[in-house]
Amino acid sequence: MALDDLYREVILDHYSHPRNRGALDPADIKVEGANPLCGDELAFYLRVADGRVSEVRFEGHGCSISQASASMMTEQILGKTLEEARGLIETFKAMMRGQDPREDRDVGDLVALQGVRKFPVRIKCATLAWVALQQGLEEYEGKKAEAKATTEE
Amino acid sequence: MGLSARVRDEFPLLGQSAHGKPIVYLDSAATSQKPREVIDALVRYYEEYNANVHRGIYAIAEKATLAYEEARGKVAGFINARRPEEVVFTRGTTEAINLVAYAWGLHSLRAGDEIILTTMEHHSNLVPWQLIAGMTGARLKFWDFDGEGKISLEELDRLLTGRTRMVALAHQSNVLGTFNPVAEAARRARAAGALVLVDAAQSVPHMPVDVQQLGADFVAFSGHKMCGPTGIGALWARYEHLEALQPFHGGGEMIMLVELDRSTYKEPPWKFEAGTPNIAGAIVWGAAVDYLTRIGMEAIRAHEQQLTGYALVQLQEIKGLRIHGPKNPAERGGAIAFSMDGVHPHDIAQVLDQEGICVRAGHHCTQPLHRRLGVAATVRASLYLYNTADDIDALVRGLDKVLAYFAPSRRSGVGAEGRRGA
Repeated sequence: MALDDLYREVILDHYSHPRNRGALDPADIKVEGANPLCGDELAFYLRVADGRVSEVRFEGHGCSISQASASMMTEQILGKTLEEARGLIETFKAMMRGQDPREDRDVGDLVALQGVRKFPVRIKCATLAWVALQQGLEEYEGKKAEAKATTEE
Repeated sequence: MGLSARVRDEFPLLGQSAHGKPIVYLDSAATSQKPREVIDALVRYYEEYNANVHRGIYAIAEKATLAYEEARGKVAGFINARRPEEVVFTRGTTEAINLVAYAWGLHSLRAGDEIILTTMEHHSNLVPWQLIAGMTGARLKFWDFDGEGKISLEELDRLLTGRTRMVALAHQSNVLGTFNPVAEAARRARAAGALVLVDAAQSVPHMPVDVQQLGADFVAFSGHKMCGPTGIGALWARYEHLEALQPFHGGGEMIMLVELDRSTYKEPPWKFEAGTPNIAGAIVWGAAVDYLTRIGMEAIRAHEQQLTGYALVQLQEIKGLRIHGPKNPAERGGAIAFSMDGVHPHDIAQVLDQEGICVRAGHHCTQPLHRRLGVAATVRASLYLYNTADDIDALVRGLDKVLAYFAPSRRSGVGAEGRRGA
């Protein structure tokens, strides 16, 4: 078990130079994720246009793995449809459970996070961002469905 | 430095390795390692006289009962209690504090009564009081520490009122390392009519503690942080308090006469020891007390003070490293929490783990203290009698590797080169 498997160059790069850092106001989706046991906190802001993620920002603090994972996630979901984003969440979570992504799935820099699997206590650091996004998407779809139900009444 | 290096050899675990490196154990504030003779005492109990206490008529049951009560005497002697019956065996410090919170607080506190706690308390000396305050309407008031991690007695004077019923505080902070002025605090609080509980989980293992000199009403501590097993600890209390307190847990062993609708209880401390106690734990803790007594608590404190001084100097030479708590080793124990610029505590602990170095990263069961420090988490290295200057040197080398990983530009030389080569 080598540390370089965990702290891959690309992870350290995302940690020291996070992409899409900041907040959006207003945002269509605003969701927070926290791991009180390690004190890691993340907040994501998304704008949705034509069913796609048109803008995304995140802020928060935490370990290199949680921050790098959040930064990579924002890069990967930008421009994706919400359906595609949900697929990516599933792919990523499966990857953390030990399944390699299908070859036709382009996960970009996220491949670097595969090394986290060898450090089981750190898996929750890597998944924090993704669990938060999943919750954000669910709330957004829920609200939309509610709004639709109201207008159709 | 200080104690003989042979002390280390008495601890089998310290001869183990992790990730191919010899273990450097710097997490004794979480739990201590156990010397061979303590481990042997555990095996001897289970192989030779395992039996329930206070009831058997046969030889090994008598031997177990005798050994269990002898252990109470050893623990009582270790803290200079007036008599063994002032020591109630519990699962640990947490249960000892809960015992006081429930057996005293729940029955005695009224709405508007005040409980004073410091902002550096471990969750075990905070959450029980929150629960009891919620049930009784009592109010929690907080005694804050200063920039150096110290509390002032003037602040206590300001907080004490005619409604103050309890002042509960740690003897040594498990994060800042600070020694709190508990004897003087106890004097002032008791003069104001309040009771005083001392969380001594981090002090009894590391220095001579004399409960009569402390002058508190209750003192709680654990066996596993002082070379004993987990699952055993004690509440020391003035005997008159134990007599006045309601039982905490009901069940076998704590009763005299049981009828269908009421019972009478044994005398303290047995009134508070319902059910089959942790017999092995108590007996083996007694063996740990023998071990520490033989080495001498003065000698252990001197060793740790010297080593803490060395560690503080070495650590402060690392660029971007900030120590939380007093810098004078005479004012503090060997639990040393620190932060490093730009590197999260979990990443620090992860790199150190690869070097076989065991430290703790997180909030160390003190979330409000960390909020007060303005950090989400810290790294804590904590020392005990078996640590040596070599362990500190290994820690410093490990932290160089951390910098090499996370701040290659900040340090030139071996670390940064090593990373590029990796």
